[in-house]
Amino acid sequence: MASSELHAPREEEVRHEHPTPRKYVWIAIILAIITAAEVAIYYVRALEDFLVPFLIAFALIKFIMVALYFMHLKFDSKLFRRFFVTGIVLAFFVFTVVLLTFFLRPETPGVTG
Amino acid sequence: MATHPAAVSPQPAHEEHLTSTGLDNVKMAMWAFLGSECLFFGSFISTYLLYRNRTNGGPDPAHIYDIPFTSVSSFVLLMSSLTMVLALAAIQRGDERGMRTWLFATAFLGMTFIGGQIYEFTTFYEEGLKLTTSPFGSSFFVLTGFHGAHVSVGILMLLALVGMSLAGRLSQADARKVELVGLYWHFVDIVWIVIFTVIYLVPTE
Repeated sequence: MASSELHAPREEEVRHEHPTPRKYVWIAIILAIITAAEVAIYYVRALEDFLVPFLIAFALIKFIMVALYFMHLKFDSKLFRRFFVTGIVLAFFVFTVVLLTFFLRPETPGVTG
Repeated sequence: MATHPAAVSPQPAHEEHLTSTGLDNVKMAMWAFLGSECLFFGSFISTYLLYRNRTNGGPDPAHIYDIPFTSVSSFVLLMSSLTMVLALAAIQRGDERGMRTWLFATAFLGMTFIGGQIYEFTTFYEEGLKLTTSPFGSSFFVLTGFHGAHVSVGILMLLALVGMSLAGRLSQADARKVELVGLYWHFVDIVWIVIFTVIYLVPTE
């Protein structure tokens, strides 16, 4: 059997288009602005009550932008995305359970005190 | 989104090992490795969150962190991701000189970040925060230390790529090698995005 028959094109094989260097620079500028905003709101007393949600939202946006554009997850095979997302979800789930276990059980030997 | 013509279909690298999925198994292994690294760093971040208020009378996070300084370090590492992706774009269009320039810029920014981390650790040590001072100190130094170790390994890989290119052993057909090192480098960057927010910016009780 010819090797071409063994390797019939499938979705995962399709190479998608990568951004241009100019687009990469724009993405970096956006990331820099978000970082500046993160640091700025850290010092704004009026936003104290909303600081944590804002910071988490900004970090999430930066994380996703780097993963999608610089790591090319937006353009590469979905299988690569699944590997990475599985690791993130698993880490988030396991360590949320661990943190909740410790924080919800005050008798746990001095962790939070 | 506009695209770069040379980046539309990178040259099939001769070292690319296709599997029955049609995907490069080395790249797949790198993504599996990065997925496992999420658990690795997740464990250290969780440990820090558990112990950050246990200072044993030593320095506490609110008083010891120098946010303006760490913000500059974060910016430097973030920009190194840009230079890294520009290095990949350069080799994909066959611009070896451009690739070397961007790779070296990435390594330089990485070294600047590590220099900043050494300065920060030294300052903390002088202010009384050591690895054994408190659970806060231990969890902070272990987390950021392991991240710094990852950045250092990345710098070595970047310099190795520059050396290979100078020796004529890294051409457009080997773009996949640059891409793999790039994935590792960007991962180190996104881990720092989380560390910077959760460890430095989110206030303690």
